[in-house]
Amino acid sequence: MVAADSEGPKDPGIRMFRRERSIPLQGSAAALCNNLSVLQLPARNLTLFGVVHGPSAQVLSAAPDGVPLAQRQLHVKEGAGVSAPHITQVHWCVLPFRVLLVLTSHRGIQMYESDGSIMVYWHALDSGDAPSGTWSGRVLVFDIPAKGPNIVLSEELAGHQTPITDIATEPAQGQDGVADMVTADDSGSLCVWRSGPEFTLLTRIPGFGVPCSSVQLWQGIVAAGYGNGQVHLYEATTGTLNIQINAHARAICALNLAPEVGKLLSAAEDTFVHIWKLSRSPQNGCIEVEHCHSECVSDTQVCGAQFCDPSGSSFAVTGYDLTEILRFGSV
Amino acid sequence: MSVRTLPLLFLNLGGEMLYILDQRLRAQNIPGDKARKDEWTEVDRKRVLNDIIMTMFNRKFMEELFKPQELYSKKALRTIYDRLAHASIMRLNQASMDKLYDLMTMAFKYQVLLCPRPKDVLLVTFNHLDAIKGFIQDSPTILHQVDETFRQLTEVYGAISAGEFQLIRQTLLLFFQDLHIRVSIFLKDRVQNSNGRFVLPVSGPVPWGTEVPGLIRIRKPSDHPCLETVPRCHTLYFRMFNSKGEEVKKIEFKHGGNYVTAHKEGSFELYGDRVLKLGTNMYSVSRPVETHMSGASKNLASRTQESIAPNPLAKEELNFLARLMGGMEIKKPSGPEPGFRLNLFTTDEEEEHAALSRPEELSYEVINIQATQDQQQNEELARIMGELQITEQPRQSTTKGDDLLAMMDEL
Repeated sequence: MVAADSEGPKDPGIRMFRRERSIPLQGSAAALCNNLSVLQLPARNLTLFGVVHGPSAQVLSAAPDGVPLAQRQLHVKEGAGVSAPHITQVHWCVLPFRVLLVLTSHRGIQMYESDGSIMVYWHALDSGDAPSGTWSGRVLVFDIPAKGPNIVLSEELAGHQTPITDIATEPAQGQDGVADMVTADDSGSLCVWRSGPEFTLLTRIPGFGVPCSSVQLWQGIVAAGYGNGQVHLYEATTGTLNIQINAHARAICALNLAPEVGKLLSAAEDTFVHIWKLSRSPQNGCIEVEHCHSECVSDTQVCGAQFCDPSGSSFAVTGYDLTEILRFGSV
Repeated sequence: MSVRTLPLLFLNLGGEMLYILDQRLRAQNIPGDKARKDEWTEVDRKRVLNDIIMTMFNRKFMEELFKPQELYSKKALRTIYDRLAHASIMRLNQASMDKLYDLMTMAFKYQVLLCPRPKDVLLVTFNHLDAIKGFIQDSPTILHQVDETFRQLTEVYGAISAGEFQLIRQTLLLFFQDLHIRVSIFLKDRVQNSNGRFVLPVSGPVPWGTEVPGLIRIRKPSDHPCLETVPRCHTLYFRMFNSKGEEVKKIEFKHGGNYVTAHKEGSFELYGDRVLKLGTNMYSVSRPVETHMSGASKNLASRTQESIAPNPLAKEELNFLARLMGGMEIKKPSGPEPGFRLNLFTTDEEEEHAALSRPEELSYEVINIQATQDQQQNEELARIMGELQITEQPRQSTTKGDDLLAMMDEL
């Protein structure tokens, strides 16, 4: 659908994006947050997409023009329990030496090779947790070897009291092999960590009674998307709120970054996807933001959105009940 | 997913069922003195609604319902509504029952999807309960039962967080995923598109607690002088100083929607203005409701998932049903009066045709009780399930010992 930009006669913006070929899905996307994961493989001229349907998730590969190539369905590992378990997230973790595909559910965490072909690790979550206690707020840290299934749970971080909704990382500035990490939870609280022999908590950012569904980290800027449609930008080192954007009219379901250029994408249940430009003022280093583009995906409760290339010139969107991945590319 | 979803699902679907039955019974209403023995009167209509509401809000039944538990399948839930619809003198053929269930589910799916805040699903539930109380104004005992349920809802859901409500919303949407039956009243009102998808407006009031999109607030500590960037021609900004001396800059951006501030929050009290219209009765005698089956759901893959559920799952569902329906007290019909048949279609021929032409992927199969291993349990459950047969007279279920174990002891 043509974006709302075209409605305002005084808006000088040229159309930045246009709809491109959609990729069909075997099952519709579930109404979960962050329900689209994208793995860019420019060297192989491929993009991988991951979407949760419910009891299954679909992982598929597509050519640059969107033609689907191969697909695979993944399920939750069987076990004792009353009802068919649902997958809560499918996500690619890009590590220095390998890429893992992670599937989460109430039963536990399943890790696969990046194409979903082989499960290399399974971590069961305590089935002894009472139904409400399954989401304990713990952050699990795993040691991943460069190859093979010898994955080990190395740390459990306590920083949250309510279920974790999203995690974001970026290499720590000026420090090799060290990463900064942000975790967000259902009460809207954020924790900023630094990796090392052990993770250290750098800052804690309190919530305000609204879930934080999605979080991103870029050049020491924490971008957080909330259930009241706001995007907040914080200074990671101090936890200070610098910018508050009334971005959406409904709960935000996904944030994503194009790190090369500092473009931020926000998507929400209000059917809109917005693209922003983050930067730091050259004079004083203050965080700055500029609105670049808005896209209305008609009658679709968006549940996932991701950039498809590091320069942010294309992005993909999933919506509740939609049996396709929508793609948008720069004009 | 959330274990607090079932009461909301059940009560709202039940509310929609009552709206539809009330509308159909009114439409077929014949003045009492002119009615033949097999025609519906106002007295009959009130009696049917009374009986169903009384069964729905039965204390033991509500107790089972409110226990924290995962949602069961559409099949299991449909079975409960079958029984509920037959809690009185009214009878429905399979085709009419299918249509009733289609309308109920699509209506509540619409309401959940359009809820401004996840918490507003509670206001939708209260709207249904308010209307239900209107149906049984003359029966203080049942009124008390409904008020009791109100109290229970407030107690359970008053304490849960926005995050848990979001999870409940997601659980409900999971339940309704891939249902795209077109409902004529929705199509006419333009709330549903011809492809079965609901219209999501990008105008109107924002949810309570959300600000109208389009504003960027920049906070800077006053000792950090910032040079303004050159404004783009569609940007306007102005400065404000707050009491802490922090410089606050505001930038507007073009959002694309046409939203306004919410002027009032709906009431969560026993009585009050709910503000939200979702969950109020949208049917009336002059607007007969049809459903269109064709082109409903082209995606069969997701539907076949449910029918290959393993046996242990079916067994758990049967236990759930036995517990839940054991708490339902079905009144024994007094005297030799036959069941009055209600047709949800305009004519008998239409109803017959609907039964024959219903697409395979939309059939609500009854749970296969042969799935259970335990012979004794099988017999008891078969007895309960047997009561769902439309041709049989419903028998009074036992009142002593509602759990499965107690029932088995009586065999």
